[in-house]
Amino acid sequence: MPVLWLLTLLLALALVGYVLARRRALASAGGNTRNLHSLPSYYGSNAALFVLVPSLLVLALWLVLQPILIGASVRGDIPPEIVSDGSSFGLVMSDVRRLADGLDAAVGQGAMSAEEARATEVNFDDVRAVLGSVGVALGSAVDTNVLRLAQSYRAISATFDMVRTVIVLGLAIAGFLYAYSRTNADFRARNTVERAILAILIVAASIAILTTVGIVLSLIFNTIEFFQLYPASEFFFSTVWSPSFGGGSELGMLPLLWGTLYISLVALLVAVPIGLLSAIYLSEYAGPAVRAFAKPLLELLAGIPTIVYGLFALLTVGPFLVSFFGQDGHLGVNWMGGGTAVMTAGLVMGIMLIPFVSSLSDDIINAVPQSMRDGSFGLGATRSETIKQVVLPAALPGIVGAILLAASRAIGETMIVVLGAGAAARLSLNPFEAMTTVTAKIVSQLTGDSDFASPEALVAFSLGMTLFVITLGLNVFALYIVRKYREQYE
Amino acid sequence: MTGKKSSLLELDARTKKRNAAEKRFQYFGIGAVTVGLLFLIVLLTTIVSNGTRAFTQTFVTFELVLDTAEIEAAEASFVKTSKYRDIITAQLAAKVEELGFETELTSADDLKQIFSSGAAGTLREYVLANPESIGTTEVFKFRTSSRVDGYSKGRVTRESLARDKNLAPAALDLVDQMQEAGLVDRSFNWTFITGSDASESRPEQAGIGVSMIGSFFMMLVVLVFALPIGVAASIYLEEFAPKNRLTDIIEVNISNLAAVPSIVFGILGLAVFIQFAHLPQSAPLVGGLVLTLMTLPTIIISTRASLKSVPPSIREAALGVGASKMQTVFHHVLPLAMPGILTGTIIGLAQALGETAPLLLIGMVGFIASNYPEGVASGFLDPNSAMPAQIFEWAKRADPAYYERAWGGIIVLLGFLMTMNMIAILMRRRFERRW
Amino acid sequence: MYDDNHLAERTVTQNDIKISANKVNVHYGESHAIKDVDVAIEDKTVTAFIGPSGCGKSTFLRCINRMNDTIDICRVTGDIRIDNEDIYDRKVDPVQLRAKVGMVFQKPNPFPKSIYDNIAYGPRIHGLARSKADMDEIVEKSLRRGAIWDEVKDRLHAPGTGLSGGQQQRLCIARAVATEPEVLLMDEPCSALDPIATSQVEELIDELRKNYSLVIVTHSMQQAARVSQKTAFFHLGTLVEYGDTGQIFTNPTDERTESYITGRIG
Repeated sequence: MPVLWLLTLLLALALVGYVLARRRALASAGGNTRNLHSLPSYYGSNAALFVLVPSLLVLALWLVLQPILIGASVRGDIPPEIVSDGSSFGLVMSDVRRLADGLDAAVGQGAMSAEEARATEVNFDDVRAVLGSVGVALGSAVDTNVLRLAQSYRAISATFDMVRTVIVLGLAIAGFLYAYSRTNADFRARNTVERAILAILIVAASIAILTTVGIVLSLIFNTIEFFQLYPASEFFFSTVWSPSFGGGSELGMLPLLWGTLYISLVALLVAVPIGLLSAIYLSEYAGPAVRAFAKPLLELLAGIPTIVYGLFALLTVGPFLVSFFGQDGHLGVNWMGGGTAVMTAGLVMGIMLIPFVSSLSDDIINAVPQSMRDGSFGLGATRSETIKQVVLPAALPGIVGAILLAASRAIGETMIVVLGAGAAARLSLNPFEAMTTVTAKIVSQLTGDSDFASPEALVAFSLGMTLFVITLGLNVFALYIVRKYREQYE
Repeated sequence: MTGKKSSLLELDARTKKRNAAEKRFQYFGIGAVTVGLLFLIVLLTTIVSNGTRAFTQTFVTFELVLDTAEIEAAEASFVKTSKYRDIITAQLAAKVEELGFETELTSADDLKQIFSSGAAGTLREYVLANPESIGTTEVFKFRTSSRVDGYSKGRVTRESLARDKNLAPAALDLVDQMQEAGLVDRSFNWTFITGSDASESRPEQAGIGVSMIGSFFMMLVVLVFALPIGVAASIYLEEFAPKNRLTDIIEVNISNLAAVPSIVFGILGLAVFIQFAHLPQSAPLVGGLVLTLMTLPTIIISTRASLKSVPPSIREAALGVGASKMQTVFHHVLPLAMPGILTGTIIGLAQALGETAPLLLIGMVGFIASNYPEGVASGFLDPNSAMPAQIFEWAKRADPAYYERAWGGIIVLLGFLMTMNMIAILMRRRFERRW
Repeated sequence: MYDDNHLAERTVTQNDIKISANKVNVHYGESHAIKDVDVAIEDKTVTAFIGPSGCGKSTFLRCINRMNDTIDICRVTGDIRIDNEDIYDRKVDPVQLRAKVGMVFQKPNPFPKSIYDNIAYGPRIHGLARSKADMDEIVEKSLRRGAIWDEVKDRLHAPGTGLSGGQQQRLCIARAVATEPEVLLMDEPCSALDPIATSQVEELIDELRKNYSLVIVTHSMQQAARVSQKTAFFHLGTLVEYGDTGQIFTNPTDERTESYITGRIG
């Protein structure tokens, strides 16, 4: 039974359970709700929860485990000879899976009968043609072994699906019977329901943890796999990045890291002075009218998606910079070969970060107590002296935290560098040269046609790991500083 | 030095200097704000000036005789569309001669450069859909090729065509004359808003419609998952969680997740949803799930803020009349915090709508948006793209006509974002409660 | 309740007029905070402003060094003169004025810097020291005047925020003294301090009288009686009564003053 049908059936069962349990509770109280421990709807909800929660949990677990179990059982049947010729278990398995899915699709669309799909004696060219007709393209001719495996894969899947349906429905009915039998006037239905709701709330709260665990695990496993194919020392310390999908790639991270840091530095050099000074001006000098006008406008910059900034870098800022620093430019220097460069991406990223820096510093400057300013004014200091010598030093830890958060943003930014920075990995000091970054390479290594088992694709996970560790470190440190700073003035 | 005898009415030299420094500092501040606003203005004017052109398209309008024999011959041939193209160009050539336009272009081969290569397909579709029209004369409005369109918009000039083999500069003279005769004109381009992505050589046919649908289905997924999970998590953390190590870890974790680069969520989606769980690649469902995980921290943070702003006295009042803690939260606190929660959710959705990088990793790249989904399930599960990914795809195609579309796509995207933010602002104004 | 004899015996010498206010009105947006206040404050004298909360005494104090300028909605009319110069004259720079009229606040507000830098801040911005040695001297002199030198001389470079509340307030007074003001305004300087710290600060105030004209806003009538020679009683934004402290506390002319002093209003 397909999952969607199963879900519908479960929901219907839950509804029935709700109505029946509610009715039984009312009946047991002689129709007088005052004799019930809880409101009647709680008895209904209790039954519905007993129907849904265990069955859905098992179903979810089943859906996750089934492909793994089937994979393991089919994997045992893979004859070693088809793996030996330069291919891997993973590749054979994905062939098997694709073929099995193709057979399913063919049966589903009526291009093949169920018997034909199961039959062991088939013409392999036929299989390929039939599958092609239903939109499943197979790369090469179908291998006998693979077809056998795909057929056994389908058979095991069918059995699993059958068992799944029986178990899930059985659980739902058992849950209902249990809840129904307990339903009487003295049963504390509200407490049970509320405990269940609390459990649901806890599960929701732990999704944040699960996300982090998921990120860490998916990065770690693939990184380990990468380091089995490619030496870690080369990845971390080599200064050459030149992936070639035919093999023999050099995948040194250093040029990418350098590009990332260089672009982030340029971005911060743009964003920090402008962001900080505008925050100071808007919070300490500007009248309410100017503030009400300029602040939301500046914050508009923060709401613009990064793809817009990327396009702005590629099509506007890049050519603009070339017209000054490029060949035949207004300045007569030939520093810039093309529109994509560290400067282009850095400048645009800086613009993007202005509102980020300014709103964070605004919060931080406002947290400096007014009494501090009064003290300084009372001594005859001007506003700028007060700001420079009292407010800013007092706010310094917070501002450093804000800058670190901005730096982490800059390091993790993707679209601007993909479009504005260029594709060449280079270790150079010239800001008008094209360079590339960790994020840009993650995109290019994972959006190509390479298969996920090659070092050229897996390197993206190690790059992701590097990126995650750096930004996480910056964030944890920055949030720690900012929190400490706030506590000081609370 | 402010000596004892100095008068307040005279500024001493030092005060003058200090006041000058004060003014200087203030000018720095004004300068910074101005530069920031200037960037905004430049950005917006660039978008508007480059993008609005994507919303119009140059068309050639003329009467076409749908000759039965010609159409039958075309249908019988192997490359049908090329025969249809010949029908169009031959009749246009006749028209050119009839109106007495002076042109070096005479052969049908030269004339076909004026049309979009999709024009023949348009004609064939029409004929197949309306068989009764065969043998009659109908007025047709064909898309011009992107070069002719660009010429009419000022993007393409005779100089820029000098080394362009897609359109002969001489064709522009003909286009000028056709324009005067009313055969060529520019009108609103609905296809851009409703259409699908086109091949690299046919920018004039490309539209953002299909990826808009992709974005829509993703936003549905985000709304359905992120709102309930986010609200449930916030309620637990704000109202029920005991103060212990575990909840501390959850809190630190959430604030850190909010700052994790979006591309890392793309890696997560690729590894967990596609490699591990074998969900379909490029599906809006997967994209929506990735964006859900990405927006959850934002929604949790804003929801907790609005729960926190409900004063404790409300909780005490409800508990005082004998409501359980759960009833207190769901009957009193949550409804009061709802406007704030929805505002935060809309802002989170807007953030998700503009996100590109994670979508690229799970295969929702722009060129996939070439087919309309057939239904709701197919909307969630069939490969599709999203508006920002479509814009990225166009930006990569290194063709000014596609750049124009990319800017136009940005206008559409920003239109959606602005609407969402306006709704959020209005809701905040309308329902904001000060305790 | 009060040591009447002690008050009566206090010698009141006539000093020059340092600050004179004439028809001063202050508005905060819509509300009228100070109504037609006239007062003449003498040099080398401690003048206490007393009155119930919200009576405008702090507002008036903040007019004297134009601290109200930092509040957008505050509007001051009338005329306040220091040494017969109108401090609200267009030509007057509030910065220069505040160097001459120092201020100490209700809550001790040392800057998050070292003790040394706290004191040196004022002299530095006003350019009072020509050399490091000069500055050291100013810092020592101010800390001595603030009666805190002995407690902090060994840790001048420790943060000022690490001192106790009473020490912080004396540090703030020393900081105000360091710019060599002629007038020192104190806005409830002891309200955040414990009794021992309060008595230390009060002794200091009495000591400072030799060199400065002091104006102190206080909630505590005992404090006003202990430290001031002149007292002004404010009520609902008006100056009700102004005169020698002894006279105000023993023989007030206005009924409202008497009610306040005997504890019936306020």
